[in-house]
Amino acid sequence: MKLGILLSGGKDSVYAAYLAKKAGHELACAISIVSENPHSFMFHTPSIEKTKRQAEEMGMPIILQVTKGEKEVELEDLKIAIQKAKDEFGIEGVVTGAVESVYQATRVEKITNEMKIECFNPLWQKDQTELLKDLIKEKFEVIITGVFAYPLDSRWLGRVVDKNFIEETNILQKEMGINPAGEGGEFETFVLNCPLFKKGLKIKDKKIEGESYSWKMEVELE
Amino acid sequence: MILIIKINKDPLHDLEFVKPIENISRRKAKSVHYKKLIKSDLLRATQIIIAGTSLQDDDFQNYLDKFAWIKTIEKPIFGICAGAQIIASVFGAEIKQETEIGYYHENFTKDFLGLKDKQEVYHLHNNYTTLPEGFEKYTDSKLTQAIKHKEKPIYATLFHPEVRNKEMIINFVKRN
Repeated sequence: MKLGILLSGGKDSVYAAYLAKKAGHELACAISIVSENPHSFMFHTPSIEKTKRQAEEMGMPIILQVTKGEKEVELEDLKIAIQKAKDEFGIEGVVTGAVESVYQATRVEKITNEMKIECFNPLWQKDQTELLKDLIKEKFEVIITGVFAYPLDSRWLGRVVDKNFIEETNILQKEMGINPAGEGGEFETFVLNCPLFKKGLKIKDKKIEGESYSWKMEVELE
Repeated sequence: MILIIKINKDPLHDLEFVKPIENISRRKAKSVHYKKLIKSDLLRATQIIIAGTSLQDDDFQNYLDKFAWIKTIEKPIFGICAGAQIIASVFGAEIKQETEIGYYHENFTKDFLGLKDKQEVYHLHNNYTTLPEGFEKYTDSKLTQAIKHKEKPIYATLFHPEVRNKEMIINFVKRN
């Protein structure tokens, strides 16, 4: 089936794309929503324009749709983007990286259902630690590009998701209720390399901004 | 052994509609697609769960004859969404259209696998069924959201307990 990938740049959407490809589907295009609102309800914001480079690495075209990021307008913009993917690339379904977020999953389900195309959520209800372990096993190179909860500070930015990361976040989960996969909005991630990429991406420069327990890292790629 | 029967046409949907049930059921579970189901799977099963599938996948409706065993097998069965529609159809109910997507509140008039009173449940369906003969409704809603056979341990929910009401699956396995 020809599928459109809802690509945020983070680990979940890229891993979902990987699973779809592994199951024999054709990744026809990526769909990314660039939100002007840093507190978007639906979409990850840090480094999202870098999804262009990820799509190139995966050898697929990308539809970039800018949204003002107001709650329901975002959905209209998402609908427009999915419709474009259907018209231009003939997608028969959409893949999302939704794990626990019913808010996110429900809205994509409603849009795809209206368009009578399939919706795949291959990470749905997946155990968070298991998800991180899978990423490491499948050789995903993932870095932290945003932290948004106590006690996570700027020192976490740029960290690679590896065995140590899982151990530390598991401790934080027990002590502070931090979700190790960041599904509660604690972390945002960016994928630099994975088996779907041709060569992989490298960071040339980075800009960090934020305060106390809300930090973002905007990366410039080589 | 808990037997989970897959309904989805596309194997990628296993991860979304089958894997979460396998993870909850804890005890040894075996998942088999209904088109590959053999008699020995049914014989070995201690409990049977019939999973759901995606909104656009109605393929199972063309193969309802493959589920005739539901009527005669004397084992606990739990049908989820498409699985519920299959059970109801086998017992003579009619499939009708009504779309519900997302969290909804349902009011349980009596205990249904641990759910009582007002509860939040996750819906993902374009169809529902009429109440089949020999079954009773456990919610006061218009649609047949949670039904059970009056004499047999056959349960069916239109909603997806593996998302918001995981304890129902545990209770189904424990109590039956």
